[in-house]
Amino acid sequence: MTPVPLIEYRDIARRFTTRRGTVTACEHVDLTVNEGEFLAIVGPSGCGKSTLLNMAAGLLQPSAGGVFYRGEKVPEPNTRVGYMTQRDTLLPWRSVEDNVAIALELRGQDRPTRLRTAHEWLHRVGLKGFENAYPAQLSGGMRRRVSMARTLAYEPETILMDEPFGALDAQLRLVMHDELLKLWAATRTTMVFVTHDLTEAITLADRVAVFSARPGRIRAIETVDLPRPRDVFRIRFDPRFGELHDRLWGYLEESVREGVMV
Amino acid sequence: MTMSPTEAIEAPRIGHDVLASARAEWFKVLAWRVGITVVGLALWETASGRLIKPFWISAPSAIWAQLYAWVESGDLWMHMRITLTETVAGFVLGAVSGIAFGLALGLNKRLAAVLDPFIIAFYSLPKIALAPLFILWFGVGLASKIVLATFVVFFLVFYNTYAGTLAVEQELVDVLRLMGATRWQIVRKVILPSVLLWIFTGMKISVPYALIGAVVGEMMASNKGLGYLIQASAGQYDTSGVFAALFVLMIIATGLHEILKQSERVMLRWKEDST
Repeated sequence: MTPVPLIEYRDIARRFTTRRGTVTACEHVDLTVNEGEFLAIVGPSGCGKSTLLNMAAGLLQPSAGGVFYRGEKVPEPNTRVGYMTQRDTLLPWRSVEDNVAIALELRGQDRPTRLRTAHEWLHRVGLKGFENAYPAQLSGGMRRRVSMARTLAYEPETILMDEPFGALDAQLRLVMHDELLKLWAATRTTMVFVTHDLTEAITLADRVAVFSARPGRIRAIETVDLPRPRDVFRIRFDPRFGELHDRLWGYLEESVREGVMV
Repeated sequence: MTMSPTEAIEAPRIGHDVLASARAEWFKVLAWRVGITVVGLALWETASGRLIKPFWISAPSAIWAQLYAWVESGDLWMHMRITLTETVAGFVLGAVSGIAFGLALGLNKRLAAVLDPFIIAFYSLPKIALAPLFILWFGVGLASKIVLATFVVFFLVFYNTYAGTLAVEQELVDVLRLMGATRWQIVRKVILPSVLLWIFTGMKISVPYALIGAVVGEMMASNKGLGYLIQASAGQYDTSGVFAALFVLMIIATGLHEILKQSERVMLRWKEDST
């Protein structure tokens, strides 16, 4: 099966102008995301990983180079991608079910139909019984589940995730990884997952791209040869996992030592 | 998929003892409030005529008598109605126009940029200083007071509404844009609900100002209303009358504030239980 390129970054750079001068978030980035794959981007914080996602979403334009979606320049905004950001973007004045159903609502689906879909997804992420709660009444982990359900419920062609579980504790993250992989296995949506956690990246992804510290460049891209379905709770102890982890950590370590932007 | 034990929700399981102690605490607070009121009034009553001449501070009993007399004669009701009409009319007109203008500017950056210096200029102006002008233009009747109250409320509500549109979280807007929302859908589903909180704040703080607008207008030129009552009583060196009118004003202001607070609670139900 030949991979079909879906998102292509062609020699892109992004610079931001601040009061203290120009900051280069990333430069000379060439990266292709293939249809149906789970790609993880790992790098130290502040290396411009999120910038890449924002560009794929059409929320940000590259300063140089081009970003393409299915061979065409990414539209502003790119409505074919779903975006799950690091911060909560649930609408606090909407109940959980109305949050999950919002994309369907925007598409003009009638309320009973869209709520049925929303309930199905809430059930899948283990939030049955919380349909009428407001986001402020939920724990951080539960809010993440709602965000996940909201992103998956309208079935976007590609899903971008920016450190979606960064704020959760280690055990809860494993649980979320398990759920995410199960949900993903059913849909095989193209995934671009940004994280600073190498273990998380290897656990989830088909391919891992390692980013250097700012200005971000790609240091290495490796294929994760671990069979699916994966047991996220145990896969860390697989020797192949350890090998890959060591190799990728080699690239990442340099970047981290070079100085992480605080 | 089931809930993981690590994040089973902590449902608020309030025991009876917790509820009981909360109630006991509330009673204690209430007892203190009643105590302060009683002691304060008693001290006032005692001091009046013994330590300080009633001419300066009147006395609770005298104020009560005055209120009673006004109720009997029907004067109180008439003056109150006038002031309330002016306040409420000014409040409603000011709030509606303030919200409309605030949203218009918030959603139209160019218009906002163009009008910015004018808005700042008018905003900095003490609105009460316009009272003589309005009395000149609209006469000594209700209209001039309504216009003054409207003007004061308008700026407060407008400014809050406008600031609210600027404070809308861009991330929320972006997420909806990616879902394919139209401009109008973003306005309806993100901007308006998040501005609502700011609008309410603006309305809540402007209630006392609406009253100030009405009362100041009455004090300057009128023959009706609580402001007039204060002015007329003071003119006759009737301290009890001044205090009685002030007391009624206080009740009205508190009542208006309470009404708004309750309606806010209904409209912003999602904010409850937030941590």
